[in-house]
Amino acid sequence: MSAVLKVRVWRGGARGAYREYEVPRRESQTVLDVVTHIQRALDPTLAYRYACRVGMCGSCAMTVNGAPRWTCRTHVDKVARDGRLAIGPLRNLPVIRDLVADMREFFDKWARAQGQFKGARTRADDFERIAPGSEARRRADAAIECIGCGVCYAACDVVAANPGYLGPAALNRAWTLVNDARDTAQGARLRAVAGDDASLACHTHMSCTERCPKALSPTEGIAGLKRAVARAALQGKL
Amino acid sequence: MSRRAETLLWVAQRASAAVLGICVLVHLATIIYAVQGGLSGAEILARTRGNSAWSAFYTVFVLAVAVHAPIGLRAVLAEWLGWRGRARDFLLVSFAVLLAGMGMQAVSGVIG
Repeated sequence: MSAVLKVRVWRGGARGAYREYEVPRRESQTVLDVVTHIQRALDPTLAYRYACRVGMCGSCAMTVNGAPRWTCRTHVDKVARDGRLAIGPLRNLPVIRDLVADMREFFDKWARAQGQFKGARTRADDFERIAPGSEARRRADAAIECIGCGVCYAACDVVAANPGYLGPAALNRAWTLVNDARDTAQGARLRAVAGDDASLACHTHMSCTERCPKALSPTEGIAGLKRAVARAALQGKL
Repeated sequence: MSRRAETLLWVAQRASAAVLGICVLVHLATIIYAVQGGLSGAEILARTRGNSAWSAFYTVFVLAVAVHAPIGLRAVLAEWLGWRGRARDFLLVSFAVLLAGMGMQAVSGVIG
């Protein structure tokens, strides 16, 4: 292990450039540790985003040596090549400054995919009984742990080619609700995830599944949505 | 185009792909089998002319191509050139008609 890491960091907005810094190498050092060291010890003007530091909040995702990753749980050992790192903002999103991407479009698409739960019960009603082992519940469970980090969205080549595409995270969220027996907005949701800018645009490259730090498979959920919207269209319910 | 129409196009492309998968295999297997001992154009025509089974098979093949290719091209034009809308779809309907017309002309030429 060399004593110093050579780290190229994106500075500026969309028309910025990489700037190189030298960061002391430490045991068990994460990429977020590296960025934090640069901001605290070398250049306080560096803008980046983080909150929990333990892989729960989904705010620290960046492009590390060409691939989107959650930086708080990415060890330098795993990603540095010859003691070098290149750290940039997430792809497929506008750059606000340095390592901070504008996440508005990403989360607006969750809303467009009808990612909100809509129930019919009130607090006066009894709980809905959902069998934990039911097929729909297991499908929802497999997709529910998304932390909204945007890694899948940055990894997706369909988003890059078609900026209107809802993207893996929004569709994954819709898939959890399609499998939620309590939800009452299924018709509107299927309409939202049908069509050229939604689930049907997915090319099944599986970059989202490859990169998801929570090891989810948005591709599988999107395939489920394709089947659901195809069925609805053939039955005249779309 | 409505979301239902877009979805039905998607279904049509998947269904035609399934048909094409079988058609291409049968077509290739037939070619490999038929040309083993050398085969002239006249010998091919002698076997295909008036054969209603081959006529039905290649008609299905051509129609599946005419459905499948334009829908795929529709996504390619949108993603690579950013071309969407009615003008694109009109052009692709024309392309589908052209494919079907030329394909059926070939079928009638070989099977007659």
